[in-house]
Amino acid sequence: MREIDVADVTRAIAELAMDACYNLGDDVLAFFEAALEREESEAGRDVFRQLIQNAEIARREAMPLCQDTGLAVVFLEAGQDVHFTGGSLEEAVDEGVRRGYTEGYLRKSAVVAPFAERTNTGDNTPAILHTRIVPGDRVKITVVPKGGGAENMSALAMLKPAQGRQAIVDFVVDVVSKAGPNACPPMVAGVGIGGSFERVAFLAKKSLLRQIGSVNPVPRLAELEDELEALCNDLGIGPQGLGGRITVMDVFVEEAPAHIAGMPVAVNIQCHSARHKEVTL
Amino acid sequence: MEKKLVTPFTDEAAADLRAGDKVLLTGTILTARDAAHKRMIELLDRGEPLPFEIVGQVIYYAGPSPAKPGRPIGSIGPTTSGRMDVYTPRLLDLGLKGMIGKGYRSPAVKEAIVRNRAVYFAAVGGAAALGAQRVTDARVVAWDDLGPEAIRELDVVDFPVIVVNDIYGGDLYEEGRRQYERGGS
Repeated sequence: MREIDVADVTRAIAELAMDACYNLGDDVLAFFEAALEREESEAGRDVFRQLIQNAEIARREAMPLCQDTGLAVVFLEAGQDVHFTGGSLEEAVDEGVRRGYTEGYLRKSAVVAPFAERTNTGDNTPAILHTRIVPGDRVKITVVPKGGGAENMSALAMLKPAQGRQAIVDFVVDVVSKAGPNACPPMVAGVGIGGSFERVAFLAKKSLLRQIGSVNPVPRLAELEDELEALCNDLGIGPQGLGGRITVMDVFVEEAPAHIAGMPVAVNIQCHSARHKEVTL
Repeated sequence: MEKKLVTPFTDEAAADLRAGDKVLLTGTILTARDAAHKRMIELLDRGEPLPFEIVGQVIYYAGPSPAKPGRPIGSIGPTTSGRMDVYTPRLLDLGLKGMIGKGYRSPAVKEAIVRNRAVYFAAVGGAAALGAQRVTDARVVAWDDLGPEAIRELDVVDFPVIVVNDIYGGDLYEEGRRQYERGGS
């Protein structure tokens, strides 16, 4: 049994939130730099030039890459041999979000009563917390500031098994097509296939934690990802929707067993500000 | 080629802008997004005046992150314009001349843009640290209680945008996509 004070969880989440919002991942930056050479559209290249410059300024000035610092999505994998001490784990996570977003001058974008008052909670809590119990005595925490523009263009479909693979392809490409300039392309399409209604959405979200350019270890899924990426880029939407060859930075597919009656598919759209940072305690 | 535009601006200046033009804005612009638009329309419904002069004005759909001490503003980039579509034609009919945002506009907004000789610009979404560098001052004009959604007047210098919808019916999102679309999908 290993004891971990929840104050350490709070501290880690506050730091991860700021780090994610200020410092663009090396994988995304490398994508922008390669895209600057590859994109045929002049307006598209200008977008990449601005995004590279933006990343430099944000890092240097310790300020958010994007003003939409999102809802704070937190993945927390706790080893089953860990005993959390010093208070409530969930409260500690929210306290981490509160501190990170306040001390880091990040925008507070959470409102209560979505169809009524829509009053800002003032500190960006509550976090969207996904916990999982895993073997061991470590705690892995990932913070994903998830912006609203791309999230709004995400979609889920309960497809029929008889519709097969082609229906999945058509659905994903249609979601990306409709997302267009609204989702701040070049975007990432995180695709979940299988599971139940809520599991498939979780899979789509979880897939966004992968590195841009990473190859799916399952050949059947890697092939699907490549096909989807090519079809999405053929849409011509381009960087920021101004027209161009590069509409997606990547497509990630995660799957799970499904019910005999079902073939759920979820597409979680991520803008180019693909922010996620992790730490292991 | 980059054009320069001083804001607020006139019908004559709008006539010189075409979909696809890169433009650097210098002058004052107003931020307003979902909640501020809702309140503006509520004021108009009650027959009350808006808290700013709208003729010739440019509205930037943006809610900045908080300013660090000593800075005029935090990171600022465009939010998705389509959420304002339901409110926009009425503001255009009152003289709103320019909008800055990102993403598609509705047919009703595009018609109102042409009808009123207005311009819809896109700024690069997510380039918000860069955007902050082009803002030299910011003042809350109305509804401070809305926090990031308050209406702010910004002084901007060489603020980079691109024309999406012009007074002639041009639409860069449609034209750009058509140019690069490949068949079969």
